[in-house]
Amino acid sequence: MTATTTSGPLTSPTHDAYLAGLDPVLTASHVSIEYEVEPPVHAVRDVSLTLHRGEILGLAGESGCGKTTLAYGLNRLLKPPAILRSGEVTFHDATGADIDVVALRGDALRAFRWDKVSMVFQGAMNSLNPVISVRKQLGDVLTTHRPQMGRAERATRSAELLELVGVDPVRLDSFAHELSGGMRQRVMIAMAMALNPQVMIMDEPTTALDVVVQRGILREIMRLRERFNFAVVFITHDLPLLLEISDRIAVMRAGEIVELDVSETIYAKAQHPYTRQLLSSFPSLTGARGAFVRSGVAEPEES
Amino acid sequence: MTSLEVRHLVKEFKVRGGGRSGTLRAVNDVSFTLEPGRTIALVGESGSGKSTVARMISQLETPTSGEILLDDRPIARRGRALDSYRHQVQMVFQDPFASLNPYHTVAHHLERPLKIHGVAKGAALEPAVHDLLERVNLTPAATYAAKRPHEMSGGQRQRVAIARALAPGARFLVADEPVSMLDVSIRLGVLNLLSRLQREEHLGVLYITHDLATARHFSDEIIVMYRGDIVERGPSDEVILDPQHDYTKTLLAAAPEPSRHGRLREEVRAELAAS
Repeated sequence: MTATTTSGPLTSPTHDAYLAGLDPVLTASHVSIEYEVEPPVHAVRDVSLTLHRGEILGLAGESGCGKTTLAYGLNRLLKPPAILRSGEVTFHDATGADIDVVALRGDALRAFRWDKVSMVFQGAMNSLNPVISVRKQLGDVLTTHRPQMGRAERATRSAELLELVGVDPVRLDSFAHELSGGMRQRVMIAMAMALNPQVMIMDEPTTALDVVVQRGILREIMRLRERFNFAVVFITHDLPLLLEISDRIAVMRAGEIVELDVSETIYAKAQHPYTRQLLSSFPSLTGARGAFVRSGVAEPEES
Repeated sequence: MTSLEVRHLVKEFKVRGGGRSGTLRAVNDVSFTLEPGRTIALVGESGSGKSTVARMISQLETPTSGEILLDDRPIARRGRALDSYRHQVQMVFQDPFASLNPYHTVAHHLERPLKIHGVAKGAALEPAVHDLLERVNLTPAATYAAKRPHEMSGGQRQRVAIARALAPGARFLVADEPVSMLDVSIRLGVLNLLSRLQREEHLGVLYITHDLATARHFSDEIIVMYRGDIVERGPSDEVILDPQHDYTKTLLAAAPEPSRHGRLREEVRAELAAS
């Protein structure tokens, strides 16, 4: 384990200017998450992050850097042996009330989750229940969180949700195995949108999909974001993808956010060596043929 | 001439389901020639048939029709001649977490092919193993030879898998998505290794991938497959910079490109503003 720095992520004046006048929706301050195993693993170390209304925040990092653990921490989904050691997570509701997410218990927590902050899980391809129909799964969210809704109302809302994500409502009667990967992913997004959340956390939502399908889904997410103004935390290792869709990008390594900046700056003027290494890991499609790539002189060292 | 050639390769699978049965043509009339010291990239999305081509070349599937020729001779069905084909044409698989046996050391993984293919035995084994490890940049070789797969990173494991493929004296490598399971920061290292082997040891590499950017940078020629058919082929730069077929254009437009950052956002905003 490397020594922790307390200086916080690298950032630029452009980033400070960007932040001016934005309305925060979720604030995490000094969050540390630990896996209580022998020896303990400090998966997230002193992370502070503010998500603003309608913003797409990209969380970039490689396997084991703590990005999924952090997302689970924000949404109170940590299961033992993971434990939130310290830090605060505050949700700034559209009504003006501030909710202390860490202190939520029981019914209050149930009412908060999915309603305010929903999630599209990693491996969403396999997150649908294989033995019940799409109608039942969407309906399930609504019966739990909107018990006052009648059956007809639920059916209308479910059909509307599928239409929003570009799936024909006849698919309500389909089962997961009858849908293509892209369609399953769209259904997962519909489910996450069912309650009009203010924040959606998407953990590698398009990683297993072919590029053309992936493109369609990203487009859909962007379109819906423009319409409903929810904020998105988009987690992936694919930095080029994040550069295309995010307003800001946080680069995470070994449990810490090492750099946090607007996408343009991350692309043009990344400061942290790790960010630059990540960027250089993706050869440009149409740019000059990287000489280092073919000559093989610049083989990066592995640890 | 020394080459690995596939001619009019066709593979049909029987499919049953929904009370119907029929055939699915996974690969339809695919031909190309791989020469030593060159890399051909076979690109396409899932279901395009690219992996089926790889599996036929590796003799893991039998072609429905068409031929695979090594040095102008068709693959033998059995015996020495088939062994000889297997010495020369080897696979690197996608998942180095699954393709190495967790119970065995790296040395064991490399000694087996050396013995089976009659490359080395007895006292010559250890130096041969060390030589292989050095060729894939796993040094000091003695340290890596004693390790087991779980003690290594994904990139290191994939290097072992490449060394294993080289062990029988392979002249052609079929690498099916060799880096897609690896962390991004170590992908280029593994690709650079393949590229160096191709240049320095005159290896012919068939690089199967869905990633157009690395296909362009690491191969001389690109073949684009779509639903079993070759829809476009040519020198890498031509295919990527001046695509002719609509499907290639669609693929290229969908690939994330760092230099086009913010593009998708602007496109969507423009669309919404127009509607």
